[in-house]
Amino acid sequence: MPVLTPDTARSPSSTWPQVREAALARATALPFPTADEEIWRYSRIAELDLASFRPVASVTSISGVTDPVRVTHVPASATSVDASLAGLFESTHGNDLFGELNLVHMDVIVVSVARNVVASEPVVITHTIDDGGAMCFPRLVIDAAENSEVTVVERFVSSDDVRSLVVPVLDARTAQAARVRYLGINELGTGSWLIGQHQSVGQRDSDTLLATVALGGDYARVSTSARLEGQGSNTRQVALYFAGGTQMHDFRTLQEHAAPRTTSDLLFKGAVQESAKSVYTGLIKIHKNAKGSAAFQTNRNLTLSQGAWAESVPNLEIETNDVKCSHASTVGPIDEDQLFYLESRGVNPDVAQRLVVLGFFDEVLAQLPVGDLAAPLRRQVAAKLSIGIAS
Amino acid sequence: MSTLEIIDLHASVGDTRILHGVNLAVSSGEVHAVMGPNGAGKSTLSAVVMGKPGYEVTAGSILFDGREILGLPTWQRATAGLHLVMQYPTEVPGVLLKDVLSEALKGRGGDGDLGRLDTLLRTEATRINFEERFLDRPLNVDLSGGEKKRNETLQLSILKPTIAILDELDSGLDVDALRDCARRVMDATREEGLGALVITHYSRLLEELKPSRVHILVKGRIVETGGPELADVLERDGYEAFKRD
Repeated sequence: MPVLTPDTARSPSSTWPQVREAALARATALPFPTADEEIWRYSRIAELDLASFRPVASVTSISGVTDPVRVTHVPASATSVDASLAGLFESTHGNDLFGELNLVHMDVIVVSVARNVVASEPVVITHTIDDGGAMCFPRLVIDAAENSEVTVVERFVSSDDVRSLVVPVLDARTAQAARVRYLGINELGTGSWLIGQHQSVGQRDSDTLLATVALGGDYARVSTSARLEGQGSNTRQVALYFAGGTQMHDFRTLQEHAAPRTTSDLLFKGAVQESAKSVYTGLIKIHKNAKGSAAFQTNRNLTLSQGAWAESVPNLEIETNDVKCSHASTVGPIDEDQLFYLESRGVNPDVAQRLVVLGFFDEVLAQLPVGDLAAPLRRQVAAKLSIGIAS
Repeated sequence: MSTLEIIDLHASVGDTRILHGVNLAVSSGEVHAVMGPNGAGKSTLSAVVMGKPGYEVTAGSILFDGREILGLPTWQRATAGLHLVMQYPTEVPGVLLKDVLSEALKGRGGDGDLGRLDTLLRTEATRINFEERFLDRPLNVDLSGGEKKRNETLQLSILKPTIAILDELDSGLDVDALRDCARRVMDATREEGLGALVITHYSRLLEELKPSRVHILVKGRIVETGGPELADVLERDGYEAFKRD
C-alpha cells in the first residue's frame, strides 16, 4: 500500500506560506484513496506509489499570448505572488488528495482577460515532462472577466520511456456573460500517469467549454466538474479518448446546476483496442433552485478488440421537477449494420472499420474550440488505430 | 453481359426458415420485379444475395456471371458489380458520402472516376434533384426518407454496378422522389445496361420502373412468374389469390 509521507508531499522550496502549508496539512490528514470508494471504483489507484516520484517542475512553453491577454507564470519555486493573484487562491480547497497535493506543489499559470476583452488567438501551453521519476503539478487558472472571451489549449507531452506522474488542475472562472473555451490534450507517453481535475464555475449568462482529447498515458484520469452558478449560464463538456495496448483512460464528470435556467451538455466518446480499458462515470446534479434548467449527457464507447474493456455509468440527482434532462450511454463493438452498409458499396472491411471509427470521433473533433487542431488530432487517432494494420 | 442467377436458394435467420427454394435470373439491361406481401422473404432475399451477416444459406447457390458468390465477402460481391439499394439506408455518423465513394471506387480500380468524383457527384445529384448541400453530410444522417433514397440512387449511378437489387426503393418516399429515383434507374438500364431486380410490395413503383418480368414471392417461394401484366392482376386481386399452399 503506498503511503503518503510529509517528505514526499513537501516541495523543495515551498512557500506561498498560507495556501501551501494549509494544503499540506489537509493532504497529510487525508487517507490514500482506494478503489473501494465509488469515485475511485475501477481505477488503478492501488498501483500508484507516490513515494517513488519526486516533485519536479515540468518544462512549460506558452505561445499565442496576444496583447490584451495577461499570462502570469508562478513557478513552484516562487516564494510570493502578486497580491491580485493571491486573491485567486484565498478560499481554494483541493477537494481530494490530488487536488491538495496540487496546491502544495503547484506550478501556476494564470491566464486572465479583462472586462469586454476578446482574445483573438488561443493561448497554447505545452508541458513537457522528460525527467524519469518526476511528478509535476501544473495548475492553470483561467480568469475571464465580465463579457470577455478566451481560448486556452493545454498540452501534456512526454516520451514513452519516461516514468512520470502528472497531477494537473484546471480552474476556470467564467464571469458574467464571459466565454471560456479550454482544450486539454493528453499526448503523454505510455510510461506516464495523469491524475487531473478540471473545475469550472460559470456566472450569469456565461458560456464555458471544457474539452479533452486523451490519447496518451499509461493510466490517465480526469475528473471534470462544471458548476453553473449564475442563472442562464451554459456549459459544454466534450471528450475524445482512445486507449490501446494496456492503457487505461478514466473519466469522472459532474454537471452541477446551482441556478435557474442553466444548461449543460456533455458528449464523451471513447474507444479501446487491444487490452486497453476505459471508465466513464458521470453525474448530473440539479439543485432545488435550478428551475427551468436543461442537462444532457451522452457517453458512447467502442470496444474494438475482444480483450478491450469499457465501463459507462451515468447518474442523475435531481431536486426539482421543472427540468429537461437526458442521458444516454453505450458500450459495444462497431455497429454491424454500418459496416455492412459500407462493405455493400465495395469498401473493404478494414477500410470500412477505420472510416466508421474516425467518423465516430468526428462528432467530438467538430466541437473542439480550436478548429485547426481537428485535422492533426484526427491523424493521430488514425495512426493509433490498429485495425487494418495489425491484421 | 452480366447475369445473376439465384438457384434453389434456401435461407434461414436463426431458427426461422425464410426462403424455401427461390429460382430467379436477371441479366444486363433487364428489369425484373419481385413482388410479395409482408413477410414473404423479400428483404431476406436481397440480404442473402449481398451477404449480410446474420443470414444462413442452407441450400442452393447464387451465381454471378457463372461464378459462385456465396463464399465471397460482401465487399467483393460489390466490387464484382453487384449492388444493393437498401430499404432502410443505415446512418453512419461522421462518415462522408464522398469518402465512402472514393474508397469504393478505389476497391474497383476505378481511378479514372476517382479524379472526377466531385464533378460526377454534382452532375448526378442535379439529375435526381438531390440537393448539393447533402453531398457534404455524413451518410444518411438527418436525411428525410426521400433524401435517403435519392442518396442511394446517387451512389448507384456513381458506382455503376452491372446488376442492382433495389429493396423497396418506394418505401418512405414521396411521389417526386420516387419518380426521380425510378427514372434514374430506368435510364441506367437503357444507357449502361444495368440489370435491376426490383423488390417491392406495391405496383406503384412499376409505373416508372417498368419490368419485363414480374415474380411473385409468397412464403419464401416464387409462386408465379409472368410479364408486366402480372403486376396489374396483383393490383386488382391482391396477394390473396397467390397465397396457396
